[in-house]
Amino acid sequence: MEWIQQLINGISLGSIYALIALGYTMVYGIIKLINFAHGDVFMVGSFIGFYSITVFGLSFFPALILSMVACALFGVIIERIAYKRLRNATRIAALITAIGVSLLIEYGVIYIRGAQPEAYPDIFSNKTFSILGAQISMQSILILSVSVVLMILLQFIVHKTKTGKAMRAVSHDVDAAKLMGINVDNTISATFAIGSALAGAAGVIFGVYYTKIDPLMGVIPGLKAFVAAVLGGIGIIPGAMVGGLVLGVVETIVSALGFSLWRDAVAFIILILILIFRPSGIFGKNTREKV
Amino acid sequence: MKKSKQFWPFIIVAVLVYVVVQVLISTGMMNQFYSNTLIFIAINIILAVSLHLVIGITGQFSIGHAGFLAVGAYISAIITMKLQLPFVVAIIVGGVVAALAGLIVGIPSLRLKGDYLAIATLGFAEIIRIVFLNIDYVGGAAGMQVSHLTTWTYAFVCLFITVLVIVNFTNSRHGIAAISVREDEIASDAMGINTTYYKVVAFAIGSFFAGVAGALYSHNFYIIQPGQFGFLKSFDILIFVVLGGLGSLSGAILSAILLTVVSTYLQGYPETRMIIYSLVLIIVMLYRPKGLMGTMEITDYFKLWRTPKGGGQHGK
Repeated sequence: MEWIQQLINGISLGSIYALIALGYTMVYGIIKLINFAHGDVFMVGSFIGFYSITVFGLSFFPALILSMVACALFGVIIERIAYKRLRNATRIAALITAIGVSLLIEYGVIYIRGAQPEAYPDIFSNKTFSILGAQISMQSILILSVSVVLMILLQFIVHKTKTGKAMRAVSHDVDAAKLMGINVDNTISATFAIGSALAGAAGVIFGVYYTKIDPLMGVIPGLKAFVAAVLGGIGIIPGAMVGGLVLGVVETIVSALGFSLWRDAVAFIILILILIFRPSGIFGKNTREKV
Repeated sequence: MKKSKQFWPFIIVAVLVYVVVQVLISTGMMNQFYSNTLIFIAINIILAVSLHLVIGITGQFSIGHAGFLAVGAYISAIITMKLQLPFVVAIIVGGVVAALAGLIVGIPSLRLKGDYLAIATLGFAEIIRIVFLNIDYVGGAAGMQVSHLTTWTYAFVCLFITVLVIVNFTNSRHGIAAISVREDEIASDAMGINTTYYKVVAFAIGSFFAGVAGALYSHNFYIIQPGQFGFLKSFDILIFVVLGGLGSLSGAILSAILLTVVSTYLQGYPETRMIIYSLVLIIVMLYRPKGLMGTMEITDYFKLWRTPKGGGQHGK
């Protein structure tokens, strides 16, 4: 029964990765930029959730929504200030800028509030259910249900709304989308808003589940979520979900086998194997390079 | 050959700088703080120049340079501390092992391009760091004690050799082949250049000198820990190259000197330092994406200055 327990832990961790990976994959799909600052939006979301629970006394769901809205705005601001000018720049210039933005957010937050970690308040009782002999905590159920709801919502937005249609069109071909009368700038901003809102939600959930947050918490989950996005096939939304879950489960299994110090290395080993043997990811199609 | 004319002035300047600083240090006119800063500048220049070869000359965007620095630092520390061999051996072996690590990393990952390559090198650097973290022989997370052996002489000789080798490599036909890979990989492939070979060679040479810098680095600090070689260290090296100009050796050297001095004075305020670094990076990329000096070298400016009608070799 130990294994069911570990599997559930893995899925909980994986759904956090998946929520962050969705933002990476959407942004990459639309402007071909690895948004390094995405992990830091996740961190900012976590802190907004923390302050709205402790300072404003909100309960979990209002805090979650507040954090999502604030992160959506934050993401759009980042895009407008830093990335918009780089649409036609080289990929390397965009990547370096993204690294710069990421460090600016991290150290800006440290500058404002200090580097000390913060303990998330206990908003859910530590009630556990036992299913098939495995102990499942309220938090796990919460993480899973929130992420499933958000992913369904995302699928709905992408496939059933006009914005979603525009997003798919822009990611397919920017110039043709422009000719069809789609406002490309607004669509890109909407993508950043949605991706950042998901990262904000992931931040709050992460805080509730792991209880400790600090200004540099976004770096490693951000990188791993990127691995998850690459694993599933970057630019493909269902790929990010599957990739996140797979990565979470694999990491938990590695820890459960007693190699917890190697846990971080596993993600990167997976990344390198994927990049070498199947760079388009699990769900990706091979594209031919044109001269 | 025009380039050979620059060779002797370069040697003379180098010897002069070395002698002046050495005299100042040995007569005690320069205190510990300044001589340490100079050693640190030399190490950073070696790192900047070695990454310049990979990013600036060959155009392969690697953000995992700290991994090779870590290899050099740990291997050289093992050689001096555990095997009790002299420091010179440690520097050479550190460099060679780092170059081997560069080959192992480079051969599979240099098939990738652009941002995928960046992420793969970042991943490899993290793996290297985690490997050292898990080896008890080198102290694991607690780190490893290393005696202080790096002196100005060692640092300067290594710096001199690094710059000499990289300048000569860049000006050789191999270097020109590497530049053609940077400019257009497909075109240079079509011209019959073995692009993979040059990418791997440049990567291995860059890793070798990163390993040399690692040997100097570890013997300058009394203790090395895996935490010192994380992503932030790679980023510190990257900013030297980006700020100086992607493709400019003298730009990389100048920005390494400038940023080392700045960060020495901001040592007490690490957050401020990182905020300044990140703002510099963003602003340079937004307003001058080719870096301060672009692909120009400092000697090109002298030529432009002498022939004001723009007879410089690189045009512009």
